[in-house]
Amino acid sequence: MSTDTLLSFEESLEKFDPAMGLEVHVELNTNTKMFCGCPAVFGGEPNTQVCPTCLGLPGAMPAVNAKAVESAMRIGLALNCEIAEWCRFARKNYFYPDMPKNFQTSQYDEPIAFEGYLDVELESGEIVRIDIERAHMEEDTGKSLHVGGATGRIHGADHSLVDYNRAGIPLIEIVTKPIMGSREKAPEIAKAYVAQLRELIVALGVSDARMDQGSIRADVNLSLAPIGTGELGTRTETKNVNSLRSVERAVRYEMQRHAAILSAGDAILQETRHWHEDTGITTSGRPKSDADDYRYFPEPDLVPVAPSREWVEELKGTLPELPREKRARLQKDWGFSDLEMRDTIGAGAFGLVEETIAAGAAPQAARKWWLSELARRANDTGTDIAELGVTPADVAAVQALVDAGSLNDKLARQVFDGLVAGEGTPEEIVAARGLAIVSDEGALGSAVDKAIAENPDVAEKIRDGKVAAAGALIGAVMKEMRGQADAGRVRELILEKLT
Amino acid sequence: MPEISRDEVAHLADLARIDLSDAELDQIAPQLSVILESIASINEVASDDIPPTSHALPLTNVFRDDVVVPGLTAEQALAMAPESEQQRFSVPRILGEE
Amino acid sequence: MTDYLLSSATELVAALEAGETTSVELTTLFLDRIAAVDGAVNAFLHVDREGALAQATASDERRAAGNPASALDGVPIAVKDVLATEGLPTTCGSKMLEGWIPPYDATVVARLKQAGLPILGKTNMDEFAMGSSTEHSAYGPTHNPWDLDRIPGGSGGGSAAAVAAFEAPLAIGTDTGGSIRQPGAVTGTVGVKPTYGGVSRYGLVAMANSLDQAGPVSRTVLDSALLHEVIGGHDPHDSTSIDQPVGALVEAARQGAGGDLSGLRVGVIKELGGDGYQPGVLARFQESLDLLVAAGAEVVEVSCPSFVHALAAYYLIMPSEASSNLAKFDAMRYGLRVVPEAAENGTQPSAEDVMRASRDAGFGDEVKRRIILGTYALSSGYYDAYYGQAQKVRTLISRDFDAAFEKADVLVSPTAPTTAFKLGEKLDDPVAMYLNDLATIPANLAGVPGISLPSGLADEDGLPAGFQVLAPALADDRLYRVGAALETLLEKKWGGPLLAQAPTLDGASA
Ligand SMILES: [Mg+2]
Ligand SMILES: [Zn+2]
Repeated sequence: MSTDTLLSFEESLEKFDPAMGLEVHVELNTNTKMFCGCPAVFGGEPNTQVCPTCLGLPGAMPAVNAKAVESAMRIGLALNCEIAEWCRFARKNYFYPDMPKNFQTSQYDEPIAFEGYLDVELESGEIVRIDIERAHMEEDTGKSLHVGGATGRIHGADHSLVDYNRAGIPLIEIVTKPIMGSREKAPEIAKAYVAQLRELIVALGVSDARMDQGSIRADVNLSLAPIGTGELGTRTETKNVNSLRSVERAVRYEMQRHAAILSAGDAILQETRHWHEDTGITTSGRPKSDADDYRYFPEPDLVPVAPSREWVEELKGTLPELPREKRARLQKDWGFSDLEMRDTIGAGAFGLVEETIAAGAAPQAARKWWLSELARRANDTGTDIAELGVTPADVAAVQALVDAGSLNDKLARQVFDGLVAGEGTPEEIVAARGLAIVSDEGALGSAVDKAIAENPDVAEKIRDGKVAAAGALIGAVMKEMRGQADAGRVRELILEKLT
Repeated sequence: MPEISRDEVAHLADLARIDLSDAELDQIAPQLSVILESIASINEVASDDIPPTSHALPLTNVFRDDVVVPGLTAEQALAMAPESEQQRFSVPRILGEE
Repeated sequence: MTDYLLSSATELVAALEAGETTSVELTTLFLDRIAAVDGAVNAFLHVDREGALAQATASDERRAAGNPASALDGVPIAVKDVLATEGLPTTCGSKMLEGWIPPYDATVVARLKQAGLPILGKTNMDEFAMGSSTEHSAYGPTHNPWDLDRIPGGSGGGSAAAVAAFEAPLAIGTDTGGSIRQPGAVTGTVGVKPTYGGVSRYGLVAMANSLDQAGPVSRTVLDSALLHEVIGGHDPHDSTSIDQPVGALVEAARQGAGGDLSGLRVGVIKELGGDGYQPGVLARFQESLDLLVAAGAEVVEVSCPSFVHALAAYYLIMPSEASSNLAKFDAMRYGLRVVPEAAENGTQPSAEDVMRASRDAGFGDEVKRRIILGTYALSSGYYDAYYGQAQKVRTLISRDFDAAFEKADVLVSPTAPTTAFKLGEKLDDPVAMYLNDLATIPANLAGVPGISLPSGLADEDGLPAGFQVLAPALADDRLYRVGAALETLLEKKWGGPLLAQAPTLDGASA
């Protein structure tokens, strides 16, 4: 693999200023593809979601998906963009076996949305405005499987097998303006931007927004310039960075790699780079050169898109509350401190907590279960907190049992064990594991009597007014009851009998 | 203006992914020069204020509803493929990634 | 030859309606004629005897049940090989697509089938419609039935020759810069390029999408109108298709056949005539004009100054779009795949190597020239000077048309500057070849409709010349009214159709 020399992150900042540009491709969750009526769902058998148009057969023609145009405009509006009064599709011409027509139908100098921004909140609470240059519509390519050679890698493969199911799926490409002056925060800003753009896309409901499945893909452009000059250096474009963590790491890696090269007096090669999730490095891709002469021209098979201002206004009315605004509103409603809020978001549990509260749990209870109990389990098992198998409805149900006095916290933890193990609903688990609190006063009374009899010295202290000593007796009763007692009631009984 | 060199033709053929032989290059380069010469006047015709026409008729906003329509079966899709394997189009090894 | 071979489609329909013949009989007759003469003409690349007869049988059943599918149900037709036909080879005259069988029908083809026209086969053409002589077909040139040593025009020489040689009563052509009208002119047949967007392009293998248009090829103006109504009209598969009814074209043709053109203003385009036009072609043009005047039309001269740049604009826009359209022929999904030898070190050829080799082997010279030219015109650094300028010229040409149509209801010119030239004569001189389309190209650039119909035989060579009528966009009906009127007057003069004077080609196939 690569033997790139890296300068330390700190050293790179001593000498250079980073400039970033982020290009994010969002696969829309429309029913059909961008230019044909083939299903746009993920995961069909190879070449079963194809037609003459998306296979690029001779004679076939494109027809624009109205819903995709609408989604593009909604994304543009949510990013505070202008919506073009008139724009065209264009052909981007280059040869690649994944691409059936050997041109991508995209947009060139007339994007549907342009000149916007996204305010991104950093961990510290600082807000950074990211300027959006454009958001345009285009289509995805097919997918190749590389056969022979090493482990499905393109290099060394002796042939490739192409599935065109994904060819033609609608993509919105969102391009930032150069992000300057971010200095040591560059990696964090890149990650926060992609994360919060993703949240926005989720809120809009226009994409599955799964980075792991490639429905959101980020390309990271990075360049360094000598500190303080404000120039733009030669950039590299790191392709298909497919997790939030990787966005941060890729920026950091390229900063350090560029810095090492520039410090040695060498020049950066303008090229695409590939990010390797496993090793955390980038490797050289394809040099940018005059071979990138894409020979754009307006797509003659499609007529211009000229959204009426009424349509644009109507779509503005469909925009959801922005995630950041929504967070501020809910924090207030829930009475969370800034720290509690940040922890909740940091644990990836914001949406889960929100849904749990919506299902009836008190805000602090919802937060407590997700952040203490469930976040710990997710951490221990290396699972995404949302993938534990515990739903917000489950958590709300457990809390309801606690509120009703049927469970205490300790028993509740056992219910969560059962939920993670897939043993059924909270109620089923309580029943099957026999976890309900015993509320039979007779049984409780005799257990208390037994504890008093077995611990005369403790009982004596309580009679003498040392009420704090009751804890020892409560512990004994709870042990006798195998935890299935309401500790509060036990305490009451003990005090009734001894004072 | 429009002399087009043999090297330029070779570069264009490369962009267009056509393996022109030397003989073809020798033949096509002068032909293209003649063609370009015959159309060179185009440069002096239109002033800046003339809008370009990309589409003969001024249609806009022609859209399709987002409704699935039946396409081809995999068998139909692959029937004309030079080679196929595992229900996919088999293509020679791919050099780089776009 | 039997009468039915010589009959117009309209006459065949009458015979079918009268029960005097059947579609199977007619279809067999034309299939036999193809078998007899196509060895000499080479108008067909594929003949679908079985399919055509099956469609004819179905047509006869419909008619017997009193339920014909259209005005042309049962009349056989030939289709240019640039239109996708499900289950029937579609090669576009190229080695690249040898043996390619589409899994779908072009909308035009689907409409023909729906209307009950048996498809006799696919007609020869310049490779990917690039040419004016049908000599650039990878499957050998088509010969002009009037003189087998001459070209039938192009790119739709196969469709025009098939109709002129009585191998089919009707055919479908496509016209990007004149490929329906110019072959019509040099073969003594009728050809119509509808308003851009008037006939669906879905399934038409594109040369230049913003210019291409499919249309009728026939022996009479009325036949073209009948066919136009069958294939025209909105198609959601083609986003550039006009969402309006196709119009009363047949009615316009019938009305025009009455021969009265009182009140019609006919504009003669000053720039399309004179230098470079063969005297015999100009003489027939003038005669036709005089007939229009005699029929009550008023002739005015109009000037379209930008037309002199039409050819240049065309030879930038067309190859630019074509270079991109033809990129899909890369040996990956369909079509010819040529795998070059492995390198000396044993490295197997890459996808790129295979693409390059296949595109070199699969494309002919003219196609390569145009791809290179288009690649050049779109390249960064040249785009503004070439493609951008050409699109501005397009605007100027449309404005010229707008101004001319203020003064005249239709515009007229000779269709092609010369009669059919000898095979091989212009093959090594692309620019001379391109000049054939001088008079037809402006209509494509502006999207307006045009018809070519025979104006007679040139005195110098006794070969057919063509008369072109152009109308404003969406006013295709005017072509039929004026064309039918002129046709009536000319046939009166000739004592019958011009094609009656064509060689019969009996015993031609050897
Ligand atoms: Mg893109
Ligand atoms: Zn499709």
